[in-house]
Amino acid sequence: MSSLKDLERLKAEGMNSLFPSKTKIMVGMATCGLAAGAQEVWQNLHQEVKKRKIDVLVKKTGCIGLCQHEPLVDILKPGYPRITYDRMTPEKVGEVLDDLVKGKFKKAIMARIDQEEFLLDDTRTRYSKGKIPAYITSILPYKRLPFYKKQKRVALRNCGFLDPESIAEYVAKGGYFSLVQVLRGGKPEKVISQIKRSKLRGRGGAGFLAGVKWEVCRNADGDGKYLICNADEGDPGAYMDRSILEGDPHSIIEGMLIGGFAIGADQGYIYVREEYPLAIERLQIALTQAQEEDLLGKNILDSGFDFEIEICRGAGAFVCGEETALIQSIEGNWGEPKPRPPFPAVSGLWGKPTVINNVETWANIPVIIAKGAHWFNGLGTSRSKGTKVFSLVGKVNNIGLVEVPMGISLREIVYEIGGGIPNGRKFKAIQTGGPSGGCIPKNLIDLPVDFDELKKAGSIMGSGGMIVMDDRTCMVDVAKYFLSFLEDESCGKCVPCRVGIRRMREMLEDITSGRGREEDIDYLQQMAEAVKEGSLCGLGKTAPNPVLTTLHYFRDEYEAHIRGKRCPAGVCKPLIIYSIDPENCTGCGVCLRVCPQGAISGRKKKPHKIIPSKCIKCGACFEVCTFGAIVIT
Amino acid sequence: MSSFEDARIVDEIIKKNEKSSLIVILQEVQSRYNYLPEQVLTLLSERLGVPLIKVFSLATFYRSFSLKPRGKNVIKVCLGTACHVKSGSNLLEKAKRDLNLSEEEVTTRDLGFTVEKVRCLGCCSLAPVVRINEDTYGSMTQGRLSKVLKNYL
Repeated sequence: MSSLKDLERLKAEGMNSLFPSKTKIMVGMATCGLAAGAQEVWQNLHQEVKKRKIDVLVKKTGCIGLCQHEPLVDILKPGYPRITYDRMTPEKVGEVLDDLVKGKFKKAIMARIDQEEFLLDDTRTRYSKGKIPAYITSILPYKRLPFYKKQKRVALRNCGFLDPESIAEYVAKGGYFSLVQVLRGGKPEKVISQIKRSKLRGRGGAGFLAGVKWEVCRNADGDGKYLICNADEGDPGAYMDRSILEGDPHSIIEGMLIGGFAIGADQGYIYVREEYPLAIERLQIALTQAQEEDLLGKNILDSGFDFEIEICRGAGAFVCGEETALIQSIEGNWGEPKPRPPFPAVSGLWGKPTVINNVETWANIPVIIAKGAHWFNGLGTSRSKGTKVFSLVGKVNNIGLVEVPMGISLREIVYEIGGGIPNGRKFKAIQTGGPSGGCIPKNLIDLPVDFDELKKAGSIMGSGGMIVMDDRTCMVDVAKYFLSFLEDESCGKCVPCRVGIRRMREMLEDITSGRGREEDIDYLQQMAEAVKEGSLCGLGKTAPNPVLTTLHYFRDEYEAHIRGKRCPAGVCKPLIIYSIDPENCTGCGVCLRVCPQGAISGRKKKPHKIIPSKCIKCGACFEVCTFGAIVIT
Repeated sequence: MSSFEDARIVDEIIKKNEKSSLIVILQEVQSRYNYLPEQVLTLLSERLGVPLIKVFSLATFYRSFSLKPRGKNVIKVCLGTACHVKSGSNLLEKAKRDLNLSEEEVTTRDLGFTVEKVRCLGCCSLAPVVRINEDTYGSMTQGRLSKVLKNYL
């Protein structure tokens, strides 16, 4: 392709594919969908369609965010709203098709979508025309589901709405038009000024202003410049980048092309962690398509701008999410961070000026170009503009990916979007920012979520993981968990990080085993400060955060472990005992059969008993008991 | 494998990845051999003119590399935060119990299975999660894990 006309042609092709004249069935095939069984649904769907000889299209799509309800199957029948079925199974596929043949929908509809939003064009297309049967109109539309009501999807705009393996559908959603606009304008400085005015802050963790970084890099001396997309989403509990890579890979490529033009780079790298094989596969397909359309390569769209993108597969090192370590890894070295300055924008990959932004940041770029800095500025708080994607997971009813304007309160996220805590348990804390972040307690539930407020509370935004914890989550155990994570992942360069984290983990090991001493809390505090002060990179500097925040907000739990030798949440194995409540036990024998140690005895229909000396506290009985008779104290 | 065969494979990998970094070459070696055999690393060092210590430093720094043979099936039990708060570690212990592995052992003697923990597979919404080879299983329980494992025996 070499002109706007060619892009328009691809757009028309994409529109036909988005809204075909025959019924289209879409299966959510991101990793979350696949983990819930989407592959089997997909295969069965193809077989059953063939068997019935019906003329429908079967397509893949990315994750729409409601991961907990996966596998999701959507049906788009011309003239009707888009219908979603949740928790699909290979068996149910036949019933759905049988009803379709009869000209109706199977009634177990989860939600409907009436119109499709084209964020970049600022238009909407209604799916339905004419009269819709009442059994469909009585189903809630997505935008009125509590999970979606407060969401504003910008970075996730296309996830779940297009086939990630179709460049035409991406173009139909307004994709690559921002690139055309930028290249036609021909003024890189103008692009940088727009990104600067948008006040977009990097979505990877530190929240540095993207436009400022770009400007420093553009103005830096040096001929070859580089651009990197950090897709080494290492924070446990965060998976928005995976979702974008798997559901809308072209948005990253377009963002990087615009960035490359703005800073004057002709080579980009996407560093993807190896735990995301599907993301790598979809990216590779998207890169090949972009090359075939001449959107990558030499003289892109006849503008004289050259740009290539290469994928680098990580090799399993969390520290490589840190930008200087990531650069080392691309260069083929072990991922040891380097002191800054010099910052990568001045001296980065191969010593050349380099801009690194993460996946979500790049996905925002085409939108800012299309809709303007002013529009973007209208979302969010005074110092944190735009939206942020959070992975709302853990002990919460509605689990999934949510994108909300910055500044929304934790309460809205947990109770309105998340629907509260399951099984009638009590909310205890929310963990943000991964191993570098902290645990925010219940009394700060009204905290508005943005970069600065989270920092004030002792945590950080990080890449957007939000793990909800209830009263059965032990905060000392959580602190120990993060330390053992970081102990494994410390590169070993600085002593405070390498040894300090280990010593803190050992102290927590003692505390959670009932060997804690009164003075341990003070020692922990001192050690935490020393590690924070003495480490070189972000990993070490922030490693004590989970300990410091839990010590600050949940000191009583530490004291219960140390003084009372008990774990109030019933988690720390050396301090808990499993027993059976004879009142609730029906003597069904299920626990007896799953116990790997033969530690449960009892006669049929009589209350059972656990023999403490044999019990290894594996939790197998707790998992299978449906009467709530297994008690952990 | 004979040393002659090793040399042929190493040369082929080097030729194919002329412009790539040593990490990419090691990834390729591992995908061929299922681990990084010592004699192959020595060969690589000679052929590339890179000190053996550099090759070993990469092989030991990155978690995905293994210096020991791995099992035919690799079980990755996710211990990301969401999986941790939903008792993912019990699944790790369960997998090891089912395969008769001690706390320190990761690979069964017959090289049928390797059990490793992984720090987040990005499937937090379906925690706890276990991946066996290319298949990812969400909302895993100890009971289901035993059943699923039987499909790989």
